[in-house]
Amino acid sequence: MAVGFEKVRSTAEAGSGKNILEVAGLKMHFPLTQGIIFQRQVGAVRAVDGIDFFVEKGETLGLVGESGCGKSTTGRAILQLYKPTAGAVKFEGTELTTLGGEQMRKMRRKMQMIFQDPYASLNPRMTVGNIIGEPLEVHDLARGREKTARVQELLKVVGLNPYFTNRYPHEFSGGQRQRIGVARALAVEPEFIVADEPISALDVSIQAQIINLLEELQSNFKLTYLFIAHDLSVVRHISDRVAVMYLGKIVELADRQELYERPLHPYTQALLSAVPIPDPTVESKRKRIILTGDVPSPVNPPTGCRFHTRCWKAQQICSEVDPEFIEHNARHWAACHFPG
Amino acid sequence: MPLLDVKDLHTFFYTRDGVVRAMDGVTFELNAGETLGIVGESGCGKSVTALSLMRLIPQPPGKITQGEILFDGQDVLKMDDDDVRGIRGNNIAMIFQDPMTSLNPVLTISRQISEALELHLKMDRSEARKRTVELLELVGIPSAKKRLDDYPHQFSGGMRQRVMIAMALSCNPKLILADEPTTALDVTIQAQILDLLKNLAREFRTAFILITHDLGVVAGMTQRIHVMYAGRIVEKADTGELFANPKMPYTWGLLRSIPRLDERRKEKLVPIEGLPPDLIAPPPGCKFEPRCQYRHDICREKEPPLEGIPNAKPDHESRCWGTQKGGWLVDVDYRHEIGDVEVLEEIKAEVAQVPAEAVHGIGADLPPDVTQKEGM
Repeated sequence: MAVGFEKVRSTAEAGSGKNILEVAGLKMHFPLTQGIIFQRQVGAVRAVDGIDFFVEKGETLGLVGESGCGKSTTGRAILQLYKPTAGAVKFEGTELTTLGGEQMRKMRRKMQMIFQDPYASLNPRMTVGNIIGEPLEVHDLARGREKTARVQELLKVVGLNPYFTNRYPHEFSGGQRQRIGVARALAVEPEFIVADEPISALDVSIQAQIINLLEELQSNFKLTYLFIAHDLSVVRHISDRVAVMYLGKIVELADRQELYERPLHPYTQALLSAVPIPDPTVESKRKRIILTGDVPSPVNPPTGCRFHTRCWKAQQICSEVDPEFIEHNARHWAACHFPG
Repeated sequence: MPLLDVKDLHTFFYTRDGVVRAMDGVTFELNAGETLGIVGESGCGKSVTALSLMRLIPQPPGKITQGEILFDGQDVLKMDDDDVRGIRGNNIAMIFQDPMTSLNPVLTISRQISEALELHLKMDRSEARKRTVELLELVGIPSAKKRLDDYPHQFSGGMRQRVMIAMALSCNPKLILADEPTTALDVTIQAQILDLLKNLAREFRTAFILITHDLGVVAGMTQRIHVMYAGRIVEKADTGELFANPKMPYTWGLLRSIPRLDERRKEKLVPIEGLPPDLIAPPPGCKFEPRCQYRHDICREKEPPLEGIPNAKPDHESRCWGTQKGGWLVDVDYRHEIGDVEVLEEIKAEVAQVPAEAVHGIGADLPPDVTQKEGM
């Protein structure tokens, strides 16, 4: 089970040893089966295919990539919502992949998730009070009047009227629902929150409200975030460090400013150049790197470097050897044969 | 004579909860070959504008209640259904947001594109097929000839959007309406599609209306921009002017609330507080007043007209009392003056109080007088 721990150690040492989360060689494959009665496996979707990274206490690590690159799967595999195919996930020194059900349930108090779609992630038949209060009961933290008081306090914290406890989710707008989702995640006083595209279902004017809320909560409650998103501008704003994923692998990981100003991996460069900037003078001068083609299928990823089929720098070696994820500059890792 | 001249257009939806004033008096012009961006959040009426222009508003519940749409001098609203069909797809084409739901899944790509060619341009089958190959090559579909008889599900999202564009171009339309053409796509694919649209617009000198919520997309693509809010145009300007010298507080809010990729981290984003208004019972004065931290008393009482601004370009108009001659916002720099902080706190508090979802009226407990208004 223990894969490549040496590697994550070396990356982890660069972080000052106060890592809340360490991920080594994490793989998440979903089997593809054929047949009706006797199902046999004919292949696998390699959604996440061997990634190493760490998250420091109190920071926000942004995880970006296009749809299907495995970023949401990574978030879920960390929280053990999926059982990882291989690899190790250490949360505050405890290995999660080998924990039993009851032990894992206890761990979940410390790690929570905020979901993308506030319309689908709240049970329409439960009142707001029950939605937010449920984790309090599950973890035996508060009951009865105490619970109600706590729920009202949580609603206040996320900027909603504390007397909404008897309302149902459909009575709220998208932004307000997302606040309810945040309140539920906060209920158990977690240390680590995986926010899976928490703002992409919201309107532009509401997005900033939620970003500000998440930032406030982080500084008030000393939270650590894994912030999963496809919007590179938002990730630049909210993250301390940023990891870029492509087809199940992390291709680059660095401090925010370093990554946005000196990207090493061609994919990161293309991604950054593709984001339109709301300023016509800047837009008219920008040179865009237009990638050809589409993202290949994760069932049958390209040999060697997975990006070589769309890369303008690709050479012979790229299609043969999978580049290693190396630290090129201080705290700046990239997996590319021709970085820079 | 402009190619398209829209005058005081109103489109309402008659629902159980009341009349939704989705488009409430929209006036604009578009010249041949021009590119126009319409920007706004969901529910501001931008898609309804596009559908109204094509006369594709589902009726009931929708209805164009008032106004004129002059296309090439002819009033689209007065035409009979056959005449409209002659224009739709032929002179005005549309590209939709989601290419999977807007292509027919049981017809081959070639069938879907040549249908329009046979119908509008009276081509025969083999001619149409040949032209289809040319069109698919034009929009950058590799080995187009081989893919003619493929079905939409065999194409990726970006490729499907290319097929949609080929379809829109098929009859050499004078105007293309693109409604969030790249919203469903990833950034790298979005860049491909925008690049393609830009080149095609230049090459064919087709007029474009690009509808989007993304200010970044319109910045690089359009000559003029209209910002919409609550069924109205609230600011009009050419693209350079709008970004260099925006005037309406809602536009300021949009620009301030999105982080920019090329900017180092600012301290904090300044969001637009509050929620968009209920279009069944919109506020009586300025529609943005409930969320505006620059508001004065007059804003609550009377709705401002869309008018020129003293220290801006002559064709730059805004719907705001503060930007009119002698107004209090004429010389304000939105980058540094974020408005009255107390009002901002007030708005925040109001949101927390909103008896949730009187907005949008989904099974909400609406005040009974709302439904009676407008004589349901």
